[in-house]
Amino acid sequence: MGMTMTQKILAHAAGLAQVHAGDLIEANLDLVLGNDITTPVAIREMDKFRSDEVFDKDKIALVMDHFIPNKDIKSAEHCKCVREYARKHQITNYFDVGQMGIEHALLPERGLVVAGDVVIGADSHTCTYGALGAFSTGVGSTDMAAGCVTGKAWFKVPSAIKISLTGKLPEYVSGKDVILHIIGKIGVDGALYKSMEFTGEGVAQLSMDDRFTIANMAIEAGGKNGIFPVDEKTIAYMEEHSTKTWTVFEADEDAEYEEELTLDLSALRPTVSFPHLPENARTIDEVGEIRIDQAVIGSCTNGRISDLRIAAKVLEGRKVAQDVRCIVIPATQKVYLQALEEGLLKTFIEAGAVVSTPTCGPCLGGYMGILASGERCVSTTNRNFVGRMGAVDSEIYLASPAVAAASAVAGKIVSPEMI
Amino acid sequence: MKLEGTVFKYGDNVDTDVIIPARYLNSSDPKELASHCMEDIDKEFISKVKSGDIIVAAKNFGCGSSREHAPIAIKAAGVSIVIAETFARIFYRNAINIGLPIMECPDAAREIQPGDKVEVDLDSGVVTDVTLGKTWKGQAFPPFMQNIISAGGLIPYINSKD
Repeated sequence: MGMTMTQKILAHAAGLAQVHAGDLIEANLDLVLGNDITTPVAIREMDKFRSDEVFDKDKIALVMDHFIPNKDIKSAEHCKCVREYARKHQITNYFDVGQMGIEHALLPERGLVVAGDVVIGADSHTCTYGALGAFSTGVGSTDMAAGCVTGKAWFKVPSAIKISLTGKLPEYVSGKDVILHIIGKIGVDGALYKSMEFTGEGVAQLSMDDRFTIANMAIEAGGKNGIFPVDEKTIAYMEEHSTKTWTVFEADEDAEYEEELTLDLSALRPTVSFPHLPENARTIDEVGEIRIDQAVIGSCTNGRISDLRIAAKVLEGRKVAQDVRCIVIPATQKVYLQALEEGLLKTFIEAGAVVSTPTCGPCLGGYMGILASGERCVSTTNRNFVGRMGAVDSEIYLASPAVAAASAVAGKIVSPEMI
Repeated sequence: MKLEGTVFKYGDNVDTDVIIPARYLNSSDPKELASHCMEDIDKEFISKVKSGDIIVAAKNFGCGSSREHAPIAIKAAGVSIVIAETFARIFYRNAINIGLPIMECPDAAREIQPGDKVEVDLDSGVVTDVTLGKTWKGQAFPPFMQNIISAGGLIPYINSKD
């Protein structure tokens, strides 16, 4: 029996010729990731090992991104704890204010993940790197601690959902609309414990940024990982960003899938997920009149340069509606600088938006952009759970950067073609 | 091991943001986290919960963020076990890794009512609702996971192997 792409990567990392869905395996890790919220808990766990020596100081990435620049004393203490740990263990890939970016935008940009890698991260959106043909998945702090010390992690080999993409995305329809549409179809536990394996001729039409966005939200369908085949675009991306050696794995022709879906990209419409679950997806035509108080454009899902370009294209020569706060957050310093050089920041500021240093900030209701009781936000982030961005009775509508920017101008949720 | 307590019951897709809102994640102190456990879906939980009490939920419990602070908060609040129809996978791993007992038992999760007195025999996987007078059998963990649980979590398990 053949193996899926994910199963092949896991078999290789476990030194096995064949694995089957449901097998419990121990795999060697190419990278272990943590952030300023999850790493302090992992450090506490690492103290329980007889030796807290790390398995490889070059294969651990610590990114201060959630509550930084430090929002209060407690978060400053957390960052200090991680900073001291990184110094003590001479962690090569420690990213603090000035170098940092939102982890899942930063790591690919820094070339730290390539095709064929096995990556765990103490952050649920670690599944983002599936866009590069890597196996990557979110874990908790204890798994991170064990990974940092042993260089290994246990996995239950997942079964898979095959998602075949055809056609080409229409203008103003992006990777975000693809993944919101899919989650709307299969539900927030539709891929529970499973891989989401994307395939088909439509993949070639998707930019790397679109693929990062789609893989990023596999967790929002409950998925263990989301993964894309490696093609010319993947290789060009890795050649531009990384010096690491990559390995291309392909699903076997006779790989077994638990479920198969086909999606015609050309038929997709801008899609919005209503409160309070990402599965509450509606096309823009079904949205109705939803007035907004805030628009957030950024996050590990949608803070990359192409996201800012499309937002700037929509905002160019227009003004953010008087009653709306529009917050733009470039995901990394590099994206920030590129947006500056391309004049995008000027467009945002002239339109009446604010531009922030990279941070996860409002996405998880951490700081900067918190919603008051009863307020509504259209956001390019990934979760619209109860209270996620602030007050328990505030509301988050998930959408693409194009829709978020257009909505900021209109003061209600619309697509660019409606302004 | 036998657990017994009063049930707090919740529905589908209880996410880790409501188990412990991110605004409290500037702390990693279990007691402090516990003091805000479940507050965004059940403000009374923390004032009512007693040591040994049991959370029962429907599908996909613990979905969303990977924050281990969620099972840590539940455990530190005194909850002895979480029974659900299904768990989100990161929460499932985290609970095993930190030694918070969990059990997938769809029928029990559907039938048990809020406030019921429930007993769980962890060794046999038998769940008894004393109030309803009903018994179910939960899904047993594979031996590998049982070993982690009996060692007291992932780190003690790894230490015991060396």
